[in-house]
This record gives sequence, C-alpha cells and structure tokens, in this order.
Amino acid sequence: MNMYRQALDSLRPIVAAIVVTAGAFALFVAASGYPAVEALMLVGKGAFGSGFAWQNTLSRAAPIMFTALCVAVPARAGMVIIGGEGALALGGLAAAMVGVWWASRPVVMVLAGMALAAWVTGGLWIGISGWLRYRRGVNETISSLLLAYIGQAVFNFLVEGWLRDPASLNKPSTAPLDSRDMIGNIPGMEVHWGLAWGVLACLAAWWLLRHTVFGFAIDIVGGNPRAAKMTGLPVGRLMLAASVLGGGFAGLAGMFEVAAVQGCANADLMAGYGYQGILVSFAARHHPLGVIAGAILIGGLGASNSLLQRHLDLPDAAAQVLQGLLFVSLLAFETLNRRGGRHA
Amino acid sequence: MHDGVALGSLLLALLGGIMRVSTPFLFVSLGECITEISGRINLGLEGTLVFGAMSGYGVSWLTGSPWLGVLAAGVSGMLLGLIHGLLCSLPKVNDIAVGIAMMLFGTGISFFIGKPLIQPEAAMLPSWHLGSWSHDPQVRDALRVNALLPLGLGLAALLRLAFKRTRLGLVLRLVGDNAAAARALGYHVVRLRILATVAGGFLAGIGGAFLSLYYPGGWNEGLSSGQGLMAVALVIFARWDPVRCALAALLFGAAGALGPALQSQGLTQGYYLFNAAPYVLTLILMTLSWRPGQTLAGSPGELSLTNRS
Repeated sequence: MNMYRQALDSLRPIVAAIVVTAGAFALFVAASGYPAVEALMLVGKGAFGSGFAWQNTLSRAAPIMFTALCVAVPARAGMVIIGGEGALALGGLAAAMVGVWWASRPVVMVLAGMALAAWVTGGLWIGISGWLRYRRGVNETISSLLLAYIGQAVFNFLVEGWLRDPASLNKPSTAPLDSRDMIGNIPGMEVHWGLAWGVLACLAAWWLLRHTVFGFAIDIVGGNPRAAKMTGLPVGRLMLAASVLGGGFAGLAGMFEVAAVQGCANADLMAGYGYQGILVSFAARHHPLGVIAGAILIGGLGASNSLLQRHLDLPDAAAQVLQGLLFVSLLAFETLNRRGGRHA
Repeated sequence: MHDGVALGSLLLALLGGIMRVSTPFLFVSLGECITEISGRINLGLEGTLVFGAMSGYGVSWLTGSPWLGVLAAGVSGMLLGLIHGLLCSLPKVNDIAVGIAMMLFGTGISFFIGKPLIQPEAAMLPSWHLGSWSHDPQVRDALRVNALLPLGLGLAALLRLAFKRTRLGLVLRLVGDNAAAARALGYHVVRLRILATVAGGFLAGIGGAFLSLYYPGGWNEGLSSGQGLMAVALVIFARWDPVRCALAALLFGAAGALGPALQSQGLTQGYYLFNAAPYVLTLILMTLSWRPGQTLAGSPGELSLTNRS
C-alpha cells in the first residue's frame, strides 16, 4: 500500500510536467502561426498512434536507455555527467573498427569484441571526468561536456582521415560492416535487438545499484561524501567506477547504432541521443527502471518529429523545443515533490 | 627567410582572429561573472548565446539596424536569465540541472524560431579599420577592430570598479558569499540573485549577437559550439575578477583562432583537432586551477560549483 502511494507521489509531478509541457508547446506552436491542436494530436499519433509509430519510437528509445544510464549511474554517486554524446561517438567508432578488423572471425566473437571495445572506450572517456573530479576536484559537469566536444572532434578527425573508407565519397564513413555481423530485428517487430539489450542494461543497473554492496556504497558516496569518507569507503575509487560504468553504457549505445542501424561509423552517430539521455535520467530521478519508461517517452517525441514536419511543415527543431520544455517543467515541478527527492 | 614571412603572416592572422573570437567569450564570461558573484551558476548561457544570436540577427534583418539587433539579443538573453533565475528560486531546484535544461531549451527554440533566418542577409555590425595606413591586406585585416570589443573591455574595467566600490556591487558579493548574513542585514537575497542572472543573460545575449552579426556572421545552427559553457570555466579560472575575465577571454580567443589561422596559411591537416584547442585549453586550465577538497581562493561562498567537501 505504502509503496504504491510512494510511486504515485513520485509520478504526480511528472504527469503535471507533461501536461504543462503540452500546454506550453501548444501556445508556442500557435504563436508561431501553426495549428496547435493538430500539432499535439500529431505528436501523440506519431509517437504511439500506430504499430509503425511504436516501432519507430522503440528503435529510438534503445540508444537513449544506454545514454540515460550514462547519466543515472554517476548521478547515484553524486556526479552530473552530461557528456554521453562523446562517449557514444567514440564507442561507436571503436566498435566499427573492431567489426572491420575482425571481419573474418565468428559472428559471436565479432559482436562481443565490438561491445567490449565500445564499452571500454566509452568508459575510459567518461572515466576521465570522474578521475579529474576525484583527483583534482574539477567539476565533472563542465569537464564531461568539454570531453564530448573533444570526442566529437577526434571522431571527425579519424573518420575523415586515417579510418575513412575511400569508397565513402559524400559522407565520410569507416568501412562498412559485413552484413552477417549486423544485429537484426527482434522477431515480429521492426525493432533491432538493441532495445532488448537496453532494457536488460537498465535492469542490470537497477540490480547493481539496489541489491549489491557496490550500489549501496555508491549511494552513500552520492548522499554524503563526507560521511562516506568517515566510514572508510574508497570515495574516489567509487566515483571513478561509477563514471567508467556509466561511460561504458554510452559506448554501448554507439555500438548498437553502428551494428544495428548505420552499419559503419559516420557523423550520423551524433544524432543527439547523448543529450536526450540527460533529460531521461533526470525525469526518471536517476532510477534505472524509470529510465526505461522515460526513454520510450522521449523516443516517442523524436519519432513524431517527422510527422510534424511532413503534415504541418514545422521546423525540425520542434522535437528539441518539446524536450527543452519538458526538461524545464520537470525541474520546476520537482519543487512540489513531497519526499526530499535527491538531485545530484 | 621564407619561414619568417610565413610565421609573420600566421601571427597577423592570429591577431585578427583573437579579436574576433574572444569578443563573444568576453561578453558571456562577464555575464557569468555577475551571476556567479551573486552565488549562482548559470550553465544555460550556451542556450542564451544561441538565442541571442538568433534574435539579434532577426531584429537586425527586420529593422536594418545591427545595434537594435544587439539590444534585442540582450533583452532576449534577459528573458532566458529571468526564467533561470525564477526556477532556481523554487525550493529543491538545483541550479546546475536548470542550466542544462535551459541549454537544451534555448537552442531548441532558437532553431525553431530562427529557421526562416537562414537565408536572408541582415545588416552587420561595423568595425574600425585601424590598419588603413598599410597597403598589406593582411595587416589591414588583422587591425580591423570590431565595435563590441572595446565596449566589452571597458565594461570589464567598469565592473571591477563596481564590485569593489559601489554599494550594489558590494551587496551582490555579500549575497554570493554569505546569504544568511545578507538576509540578516535586510537584503532580499533571492531577488538580487534573480537580478544578477538577468543581467548575466543580457551580456550573454550580446555575445550571441556578435556571433551572428559579426563573426562568423549569419545565422545557422552550428554558430555556437560550447562558447557559453567554456565561459563558465573561464570565470572560475579568472577567479571572479572581471578584468582577469577579459584577459582570459583573449587567451581563449587565441586558442579558438589557432585553427582558422593555420587554415588560412594552407594547413588543412588536422583541422578538427586544431578546432578542439579551446576545449582542451579549458580542460587543462580547469585541472590546474582546481584543488581537490579545497575551496578556491576568491570563490563566492554560496557557489555550489566550487565549494565541496
């Protein structure tokens, strides 16, 4: 009983924020001279209105689950990491290269190698932020976003230089993966397996944070670092571990985009999933199970965007406006949260 | 002999570049400086910068006056600053999270509203041709001073004076250092912080207008890439002193001008890496200026970003 009550209590501000967002978006759209009610209906229709819409939504939700975990896991240790986009890009690049270099090996080995490469690359990249935070006290929010910009520069430098497939003329890309190494769709759906792995990753993260000593220790570090230090916890190492773990998830997002969608690494990897993950994690209050629902919601907003463009000729930034409004109103309604919600 | 000529023209290209690239840094960092001195962080200035660039360009195009554009950019920056300031005043709302949200919100609405502005050409900001005595086009280009740069430098000196000598400046510092003491003296802490965030937004908006109305010029979605965010780090590096902010902005300008200057000299290899120089510089400076477990000298006592256990 009490548990349901709590769940309801924490849902209330989210529902309120969604309602306010819809209203504000309608006003904004109307003020820009577009039909507001129709726009709102199209958002619903394009996100969840048909089987096709659901498949589009879920395909977008998959990478967002991973990038949201890149925010959620470090947040439990008290860090606000917002550089998932860079870890995604570099993780995807590492995966693409392993896929190309190992093309003659068994499929399972290739995919496992790609996942490992993506995980390690993403983890190390975000790990820099965690390391700077605990060794030097450098603010991890700024450093992680700077690292995202640097990561994208390194990505472009490599993809347009050393790692470029000479056959990719218009759009610089790495060499394409062998089609047998591509990750297929979940049977009966036009959604790739990355979705299942994303849900699994969220469940695993939840189990790790909720049911292990490691998760408990990280929660103490995030809640009160001074107390954590007093009890003899290795605060610095735990923060580093949380950031490496989170970065690994973002790297995996890149791996699935390469192995299930793009077939190679190119600039299309940087489609903003890293930034959408920030919003999802905050909306879920950094709870890994909430991330699943949040990723589907935000994936839906992205999926409806093309419908808005086609039917109403809205600018493609409409999705960004929606997401920005939702983020701002979510934070504003946090103030009504009766339980002292912890915000890193 | 030949190398000497190449180095000379590289330095000239760099000099012109520094003045162009550092101006937006200068305005955003002065704005952030005011906000941080009052004890709050506005990470959303990246969004403010883009929003200012868009509205400044739009108004300049509609009215034909770039200065009206600058004013409009400042006012729209104030608007975003006001939203940030009000949201942060609610209980349990964290200024860093609001900043991230405002970053996404500001860029989103700018791209949305600004879509029709990609094509048209607006009136640009003027510049002074201090190099008109020379026949060398490179010298003339290097000595072209944009109108906002001296304004910004003057403002930096003025702000330093204001923080040290004026009543408002001292009250603002008190609010940022010790909110309880300020409250005890009867000052309205929340109102002053909102005011400081609005003022910061005004200056950041002007920085944005520079991007669209002078350099790189024009409105497009790739106009700003992290300048607003780097300014936050820059202020910390400058230890909350407006004049040091100006010097740091010149340094950041140099890092940002390096890539284009090398490119103008025909060096195109590693273009992306040179363009990442400002981010790397910011990261290095942050690493050097932060001390673990220690509050930074000169840091406003109420600042969440730099005071930690």
